[in-house]
Amino acid sequence: MKIHQLSMFLENKPGRLSEPCRILADAGINILTLALADTQQFGILRLIVRDWQQAKEVLEKSGAVVNITEVVATEVEDRPGGLAIILETIEAAKLNIEYMYAFTFRSGDRAVLVFRFDNPDAAIEVLQAAGISVVDGVELFDRARQ
Amino acid sequence: MNEFWHDAGCAFHPVSAPDYLPVAQLRQLQLHRLKAVTQRAYDHVTLFRERMDERGVKPDDVQSLKDIALLPFTVKVDLRDTYPFGLFASPMNEIVRLHASSGTTGKPIVVAYTREDLRVWASVMVRTFAACGLDRGDIVQNAYGYGLFTGGLGAHYGAEALGATVIPISGGNTDRQIMIMKDFGTTALCATPSYFLRILERAPEMGIDLRELPLKAGIFGAEPWTDEMRKRIEPEANIKAYDIYGLSEIIGPGVGSECCEQNCLHIFEDHFYPEIIDPETLEPLPDGSEGELVLTTLSKQAMPMIRYRTRDITALQTEACPCGRSIRRIRRISRRSDDMFIIRGVNVYPSQIEEALLAVEGTAPHYQIVLTNDGVMDDVEVQVEVTPEAFSDTVGAMETLRRKLSASIERIINIRVNLRLVEPNTIQRSEGKAKRVLDLRKK
Repeated sequence: MKIHQLSMFLENKPGRLSEPCRILADAGINILTLALADTQQFGILRLIVRDWQQAKEVLEKSGAVVNITEVVATEVEDRPGGLAIILETIEAAKLNIEYMYAFTFRSGDRAVLVFRFDNPDAAIEVLQAAGISVVDGVELFDRARQ
Repeated sequence: MNEFWHDAGCAFHPVSAPDYLPVAQLRQLQLHRLKAVTQRAYDHVTLFRERMDERGVKPDDVQSLKDIALLPFTVKVDLRDTYPFGLFASPMNEIVRLHASSGTTGKPIVVAYTREDLRVWASVMVRTFAACGLDRGDIVQNAYGYGLFTGGLGAHYGAEALGATVIPISGGNTDRQIMIMKDFGTTALCATPSYFLRILERAPEMGIDLRELPLKAGIFGAEPWTDEMRKRIEPEANIKAYDIYGLSEIIGPGVGSECCEQNCLHIFEDHFYPEIIDPETLEPLPDGSEGELVLTTLSKQAMPMIRYRTRDITALQTEACPCGRSIRRIRRISRRSDDMFIIRGVNVYPSQIEEALLAVEGTAPHYQIVLTNDGVMDDVEVQVEVTPEAFSDTVGAMETLRRKLSASIERIINIRVNLRLVEPNTIQRSEGKAKRVLDLRKK
């Protein structure tokens, strides 16, 4: 049920974001979604792509430091309060969220929330028990193609 | 060279014999040679004779080793001032080789050798290699630069005299170095430690695991490096990394070397007499205290150096080495007063920064120190490359790493530095001596 997310270290300077995107584009790899965490000095780029192994390989070949983290994707209705219910569930279970980001697909009325937990397996259990839909990689990428 | 020793099962190369001289005999030999070299320099080197005369000292005043303190010092500037041949003590028709320093500013420093000097040089390099456990049958890949730099040819003739198989590959072209290392079954590599880091980094990218190659020893010199660096290098390549010491002004590589104990460097003091002085007062310091290393070439003909101030900071060890050698040892040179920079009034050596960085788990040995001044105050920025081991996808973990590194440096040098994490391969790799400090302050 977990999704493989690529993270990459970037120095905070002009032009650093386009390079990895160009490398992935040249390898024919489509980015499903991305999030950027930044500080004054450096940034961490987080990417979700279907062919994560290949993406890791091409990025590393270009000299980048890349690691793979397992994240959890859940789906909610794209309406007020959708996110709040999930967060309340997580809070009640005392699970710590390292970070999260959200995106929506072109069609449909649902949003995808990506969570990075300390313990993704425990989180999946809690979410599913509360009736929240946890999406696996295959489903996620199939949905993206619709 | 006789080679029966090997077949006879001798434990050490006969050329290494002076390493084991009884101390009394060694001192006697040193005194005999000191008198001769003082006389030679006095007779043939104008600068030295003038300085002796100024002090009212005659070569005959040297009656014991302690009397060396009567003699004037020689410094690097003297070599520049007498450029190119002013300090030679042999006529040109006896000089068979010239080398020159890789000076980045102005004129280089020129050094000369007679045929006998070259023989001595090869012999001290044989003793260096033998101390590092090399022998006939070893395949020595010599990645020191060949040319005016003393490293290449110095190591070359020493390894040949030992009877090892020499690959005179010189520096650079890392991919070819690694290919040859693998294909030829290199057992020992001579290089600067910073160049070996480049090889360590490149080999896995070529799909080669250095640990699986026959390579067993690294003979690393020409720049200061730390024990922390050795702890990183050795397991990664499954080798023993030996520190060797030398400088062109004295002879080149071959002034001193670690032995199998890898604990301090033996000085081949039958040829190079060591003293430790206080760099401020210039007074000789007792054995064991830290100060500047001063060397006198006891047997050099073409270019004798009397009390040459090396600018290297170390201490003479008095305890006997378990390896059995009677020649004295110096502590590893981690600091050169030349590399020292002064920041907000504090003396800092790059090796202190290296030590601090390597004390933090998972950090790369690739770093650079950038000094700037905004018109008011000096600033130090230490740039460290992020490694896959140290990289985390959370900002918190990366900030913690940054804080840890900067705290580790502050603990050692007592100055807060700006620590910047940079992407891999952004710090320039050296194929020779690494340039650790970039001083952008307006002079």
